[in-house]
Amino acid sequence: MDQAIFLQSVVATDPDASTGYRTFKLGEFEFSRDAYFVTVKWPAEGQTRSHQMHADDFLRAMMRDVAWGFFYGWVNFDEVIGTRNHYGKVDMYAGAYNASFREAGVDYTQQFETPIIMATFKAILKDWVNEGFDPFAAPEETGSAFGAKHGDNIAAIDRTRIATKRMPGLEGDSPLRDDFPVNRQFADVSQDEPEIHAEPEFEGQLHAFSLFKYLSRSDVTWNPSVTSVCKQSLFCPTTEEFVLPVFHGNDRVEWFLQLSDQIIWDVADKDTGEPRARITMNAGDIAAMPADIRHKGYSQKRSMLLVWENATPDLPRRYESGELPPYPVAF
Amino acid sequence: MQQTRLGSLDNYRKGNIEIIKGQASHYVMSNVFDVASQSAPYEKVVVGKNLKYVIETLRAEGVSAWFTASHDEFVVALDGEIDVHFIKPSDGALVSADIEGSVKLEGEPSGQKMGFVRLRRGHQALLPAGAAYRFEARKTGVLLVQTIAGAESVEKWADICIQ
Repeated sequence: MDQAIFLQSVVATDPDASTGYRTFKLGEFEFSRDAYFVTVKWPAEGQTRSHQMHADDFLRAMMRDVAWGFFYGWVNFDEVIGTRNHYGKVDMYAGAYNASFREAGVDYTQQFETPIIMATFKAILKDWVNEGFDPFAAPEETGSAFGAKHGDNIAAIDRTRIATKRMPGLEGDSPLRDDFPVNRQFADVSQDEPEIHAEPEFEGQLHAFSLFKYLSRSDVTWNPSVTSVCKQSLFCPTTEEFVLPVFHGNDRVEWFLQLSDQIIWDVADKDTGEPRARITMNAGDIAAMPADIRHKGYSQKRSMLLVWENATPDLPRRYESGELPPYPVAF
Repeated sequence: MQQTRLGSLDNYRKGNIEIIKGQASHYVMSNVFDVASQSAPYEKVVVGKNLKYVIETLRAEGVSAWFTASHDEFVVALDGEIDVHFIKPSDGALVSADIEGSVKLEGEPSGQKMGFVRLRRGHQALLPAGAAYRFEARKTGVLLVQTIAGAESVEKWADICIQ
């Protein structure tokens, strides 16, 4: 199917006469919004169940899910709703990873072909993100998500993770960010570049760039982009401010290396949401996020975080089957 | 504006773990400046491990041995001022394609000098597959190397991690 056919699969009402927003259907799920809240409905035990989120929180979470291509594993919008990536198919769930909802039998999960759910999520963002609101930006940097529908912000919601084949700035690879302004909270980050002294025959063969300068010019938060590729090992640094808009559930081990400032992480059980730990990471700290947890970060000042991923195929099955332990090192 | 806090060998502040359930060791948490402050020069201490892939922390002080790898590696300077010198080997590959991780070479390999890059805090360089390289610290510092576990990788988790 081509993209036009996926777009045709999006099911939406006409704009509401009062708020101006459309209501969307995705399988048995229904998504609606008003001036302040998003409401998600699903069937369970012969009834319709519902859940509400603040519209800004919902849009920030859905924006990451879209930009990350549903990412690695689970993207919990909050303690009730979210998605699980099966790499080709995606589960949309409500209450499936919440101990109380599961116990009460009021959880619901439905699986979709990735292009179908992606087309619906993009259509929701296009309709529900108002002019002046950027779901990628820190709260201090953007306008309000609230109120009746007024305009849109297509440019803001079309940004995605930057794909890099080897290292930014190499010929044919992803671009550097020299044309972007330095973020207001990184005004004190040095913009000096490494010196490259190549012998005449090797001009263009030595490569270096300022990673800190590159990060200081990021125009998004909580959106990792690849900056080096060592086979399946991906360095995915990102800049963080305020709150990670999702509770990311791991289907593999990932690592965090705090490059600047501080992030505090809440860590919980992946399946139940039961709290496990709170980790304070300062500049230079490195820690693993095991394969059986979910995590959410808090960055009171814009900070630089190196997210390190292993993109080896088949890791979710190997962790889920118990072939690999959830912890990366035993000592 | 709040000052951006970057760590260094002389000025770092380790974080902490508040455990509710489980063990602190599950998070394999250390601090690269703390590790480098206790390491021998250019000891390749593993601070992150994801199956065969590793992040190594090196205390950059003086001049290192020559290294090479069959695959791309990457280095990020987090402190100090470090030159990375490169040689293109003249006698073909110095290491076979099936050997992964950094390989330490005996002496300086024969070949053409490619030049060098000078890294300061926050700078990243490509250590291209097949090239030989060595580090020369103009000012003692800390390097991160993104690579694969190899013969030179040193794992001493109990010594470096919060427990």
